[in-house]
Amino acid sequence: MLAKRIIPCLDIRNGQTVKGVNFVDIREVGDPVELGAKYAREGADELVYLDITASFEERKLFTDLVKRIALHLNIPFTVGGGINELADADRLLSAGADKVSINTSAVLKPDFITELAEKYGSQFVVCAVDAKLESDGKWWVYINGGRKKMDKELYSWLREVQERGAGEILFTSMNHDGTKNGYANEPLSKLSEMLSIPIIASGGAGEKEHFVDVFTKGKADAALAASIFHFNEIPIQELKDYLKKNKISIR
Amino acid sequence: MKIAILKYNAGNIMSVQFALKRLGYDAEVTSDEKIIRNSDRFIFPGVGEASSTMEYLRREGLDQLLKELNQPVLGICLGLQLMCAHSEERNTDCIGIFDVPVLKFEPVMNVPHMGWNTLKNTKGLLFEDINPGSYAYFVHSYYAAMSEYTVASCNYINDFSASLQRDNYFATQFHPEKSGDTGHIILKNFIEKA
Repeated sequence: MLAKRIIPCLDIRNGQTVKGVNFVDIREVGDPVELGAKYAREGADELVYLDITASFEERKLFTDLVKRIALHLNIPFTVGGGINELADADRLLSAGADKVSINTSAVLKPDFITELAEKYGSQFVVCAVDAKLESDGKWWVYINGGRKKMDKELYSWLREVQERGAGEILFTSMNHDGTKNGYANEPLSKLSEMLSIPIIASGGAGEKEHFVDVFTKGKADAALAASIFHFNEIPIQELKDYLKKNKISIR
Repeated sequence: MKIAILKYNAGNIMSVQFALKRLGYDAEVTSDEKIIRNSDRFIFPGVGEASSTMEYLRREGLDQLLKELNQPVLGICLGLQLMCAHSEERNTDCIGIFDVPVLKFEPVMNVPHMGWNTLKNTKGLLFEDINPGSYAYFVHSYYAAMSEYTVASCNYINDFSASLQRDNYFATQFHPEKSGDTGHIILKNFIEKA
């Protein structure tokens, strides 16, 4: 049976793994290659490396870091941040990345999703989206690491993202991110029913129960988290044992 | 031990080379016929689309070369599919080492089949020391049907061949280079036991 995936996310700034709360107050937590290899040993199913400042400062990802990651890691990994043109994706693929994650560039230039999917296949393209539930009752899309609100509503945007050939969606609820109160299960289950590509849930993990909820109530295919793994609040193996006990299909 | 990995216009070939390096082997990524013929092990990796890749292989004469090899050959993912007879992906005639059709998944669940899934009914030297029920990493929208060459199966939407073997030809639909410790053992078996 296809397993639900547990995905630690490593935010990278200046070659170091960092963790912020609500996109601010950033702390360093270690070497990205060592940390990734440790997670793989502990049972992580996949990893995501995001260069969190790339989009804002228009900085390119460090290809050398991706090469080092690819050499040491025996599980799939996605790289994101500052991927604005095919040449960026090409460079990362050549360095050994399995998938690229695009966010701001996809919103500003939706054709980019299509170009990537046509050139490298849908399996290579993860479209990340940061969205916020606002007082009008709607989920609105943000870019530049949650700094800028766009005139795009979440559901219609993600429908377009799928049509354009993205292979996966990485959905972060800005309302939940950093709160440790659980994932945004309502929009997640709606997305999962609406779309036919896998949904990776992000933002809000604090307790083991939250993962059971995101796979049952949220119907997510994968759950991403950062701080609970970085600060070893929930060891990955302990989490996976707990999920197995709760009848979730887990590797 | 000379290991050659086929170089062609496809996704993540580096990762196979890196996985071999983790096993302690240096492999050459090449499309040079002489190097391929003289290799002790040949790996045909692949992420990509069937018809354009077959077109490339035919143009370079690599389809014929592949059929003539006597050393152990390992096809991975698209490599497995192109070693079959025919693919429903753009109605493509393939190399035909395995007389098996490659079919498209009925989209009753998410397609592509992506992620970790269990290996069943494993047999043969590729799967020595692998427990049935071990997980491997898959990414694919087409699958090789179950056949007399199937040495491991998997279920997603329906049963399909997770691995095929005939004589010196081995193939996996999953990515051993991305399948953690399980994949590590399978690659090691191919290099050291095949």
